[in-house]
Amino acid sequence: METRDIVFIALFAAITAALAVFPPVTLPVIGVPITAQSLGVMLAGGVLGAMRGGLAIVLLLGLLAIGLPLLAGGRGGFGVFLGPTGGYLIGWAVAAFVIGFLTERFWSRLTYPGAFVICVAGGVVVLYAIGIPWSAFVAKVSLGTALAGSLPFIPGDIVKALIAAGVIVIVKRSYPIIAK
Amino acid sequence: MLTDLYVSGDSPVHRARPVRKIVALIVVCTGLFIFEGWPSVLTAGILVGAGFAMAGLRPRHALASLRPALWILVAIFAVQAMLTDALFAGFVTARFVVLILAAALVTLTTRTSEFVEGILAALTHAPHWIPKHQIALAISLCLRFIPLVRTVLEEVRQAQQARGTHASLTALLVPLVVRTLKTGDEVAQAIYARSPE
Repeated sequence: METRDIVFIALFAAITAALAVFPPVTLPVIGVPITAQSLGVMLAGGVLGAMRGGLAIVLLLGLLAIGLPLLAGGRGGFGVFLGPTGGYLIGWAVAAFVIGFLTERFWSRLTYPGAFVICVAGGVVVLYAIGIPWSAFVAKVSLGTALAGSLPFIPGDIVKALIAAGVIVIVKRSYPIIAK
Repeated sequence: MLTDLYVSGDSPVHRARPVRKIVALIVVCTGLFIFEGWPSVLTAGILVGAGFAMAGLRPRHALASLRPALWILVAIFAVQAMLTDALFAGFVTARFVVLILAAALVTLTTRTSEFVEGILAALTHAPHWIPKHQIALAISLCLRFIPLVRTVLEEVRQAQQARGTHASLTALLVPLVVRTLKTGDEVAQAIYARSPE
């Protein structure tokens, strides 16, 4: 891994951390905050590709674990992994990797709808497939209850996939990183 | 929280090894979530306050660390107070304040370089196949990039306000990503130019 790759990994960890400035909206039922930060996760994968994108989020999670308050609302510290939403944080890294993998696969013919489908596949399907069982386990509820509790967040994530796809396609045209 | 806020000093808090400070921070943050309730928040609050006093930090340092999160904390308090009650809202907000101040105490009394050396020192016991120096570089770069990204975000926002455009997230994110990617390339070239190989 070259210095340039390390720089981009650090950069997207920082971008995802900086997106915490947009205020989180916490729904009362299960308390999962809707934040702009999952946009950073989608962009990390879609702009940097699988390995660099995934590692960018792993780096962010590492900095969170050692106590830096980088999540929306100034949350951070090892405690965030222990709560009911810890699975979504681990899922972020996997989601960025999957989005990056699919983006690399379809790079030469990447269009806006394609990028949107990729962002939904990684940022919604994969993310929830990890987050929901985790929530169900730590909160001691059934998978169905955890799924029902997560449904209100899906429209927000679809909107974020729409935005991320637009950014990924424009950045691909103006400053491509994956092709080099 | 992360902008280079190091306040020089020679207190026991400044001299403590970064690894110990990080471990203490992990213990405090984890403890606050495991033992939920006012007693743990108050205990941690007193500990953090004592730490600030011992390090010779002034209340303005604490306020400066809280300012970026201030209006978010106010919003969280308001929402929680509506959904539950004022006491619980106070607890949730107080916990955030203590968490942010605990992290700030470490940041204010530790140079970024010391911080990374501390993690490197912890990594020396790691197996040789772990790319220690690359991990250290990624961490120190990220800590530098966070204030940079925040600044660029604010500049793009202000530029769009000055033109009277209602910034959509796309219109905000594209210049942010492209500008910081360019900066990233410049930083990579600078590191490459200075490396001995």
